[in-house]
Amino acid sequence: MMRLIARLDVKNEFVIKGIHLEGLRKIGDPNELARRYYQQGIDEIVFMDAVASLYDRNNLFEVIEAACRDVFIPITLGGGLRSLGDIEAALKAGADKVAINTAAVRNPGLIAEAARHFGSQCIVASIEAKKQASDDWEAYIDNGREKTGIEVTGWTKKLQDLGAGEIFLTSIDREGTRRGFDLQLSKAVNEAVSIPVIASGGCGRPDHITALADVTAPSAVALASVLHYGTHSIFEVKQAMAACGLAVRELAA
Amino acid sequence: MNALRIAVLDYGLGNVRSICNALKAMGADALLTRHAGDVMASDGLILPGVGAFETGMANINALNLAPLIHDFADAGKPLLGICLGMQMLLSFSEENGEHQGLDLIPGRVARLPVSNGVRLPHVGWNRIAPPEGHWKSDLFDEAHRNEPVYFVHTYAAKPNDPAHILAETEYEGTVFTSAIIRGNVIGTQFHPEKSGEAGLRILDHFIHQKSFDYV
Repeated sequence: MMRLIARLDVKNEFVIKGIHLEGLRKIGDPNELARRYYQQGIDEIVFMDAVASLYDRNNLFEVIEAACRDVFIPITLGGGLRSLGDIEAALKAGADKVAINTAAVRNPGLIAEAARHFGSQCIVASIEAKKQASDDWEAYIDNGREKTGIEVTGWTKKLQDLGAGEIFLTSIDREGTRRGFDLQLSKAVNEAVSIPVIASGGCGRPDHITALADVTAPSAVALASVLHYGTHSIFEVKQAMAACGLAVRELAA
Repeated sequence: MNALRIAVLDYGLGNVRSICNALKAMGADALLTRHAGDVMASDGLILPGVGAFETGMANINALNLAPLIHDFADAGKPLLGICLGMQMLLSFSEENGEHQGLDLIPGRVARLPVSNGVRLPHVGWNRIAPPEGHWKSDLFDEAHRNEPVYFVHTYAAKPNDPAHILAETEYEGTVFTSAIIRGNVIGTQFHPEKSGEAGLRILDHFIHQKSFDYV
């Protein structure tokens, strides 16, 4: 069953949305949106702290604590988590999983230590990928702001070997554009590893998901704009997926 | 009427905040505790847990909680293990070497025997079904056959006695045990507290059942 994940990028107290992870526009209250998407049948929620490396994170811990009072599906927290202590605090606040990008690039050992400590199931390795040439993508950190010189598919394999339980893959080129997923990137990463891959960035219509599924079958897709701007309901997205033969979790009628 | 008191065992592991919240949403008085008196005075006990089997049992043994869990089970009150908490109900696990479990349900925990190319961990929503065509416990209702629940695991239970299999699930061609039962002791590999309305109903059934009269 392909999971549909709502991606909520949070800056200070607001869910924001940009294009290519930049140019931010305020969308709404994180908890209100999480509740709404949960009630509409989303399978999972990811909160990404867009400025965590720059500001205090306490805000988002409070958001997580509140979310897990009335959202009874898996919740992932990403953005600015740097140490085992940060991860523990996120899990204690009520996150089921943590997504780690920048800290993994700076200190890959953190992924191995975190997987040993808390179990692979809660360690999601996050990758922000930017296309360099055909079949060549570079990993970025700090919310798409900084280059690393690291090639994405090799890095994905390394993250799997270190003990990551899932890969959260964002295409910076497609993020916020609503022009569809980077199909070749998703395919390359999905084929590089045997752990679940979540494709993120570019979904603007339900047929973008079915087009992706024609090329490769990621375990999950992340949605942001399509939900935030209300262009399609979660029900419509799942209906379209089911019509194309993709197994989805049923919606309460 | 007083809400039923459900103890959630505090041994340093597990998404206990979410479990307590889900129990409260279903009207229970949820208490995170490892205090023997509080546990024994509760109407039900949940053994939570995520992560590695070895770490889970090491924590339980370091806090000397195994006798308390056995006492609670012997008292005949409902005990529910979730995910790793379910796996620890069995005799032993093969995760990273052989490790002793609580042995409340005879059997072992083994890696999912998936074919080449199938992704592990098994993460996501999947269906549960009774192996014999009907549910052996009121934990599940008829609607649960069609409502997927949330899994995240690489290992699964293999009870010695097929009568202890409460639910099965198919993942990419491999059928595994997704819930187990022996008298008042129950376990689910999936997370009811993370399975939306279908999961909340399972917890509701757990909280409000008075007797366990199954196997």
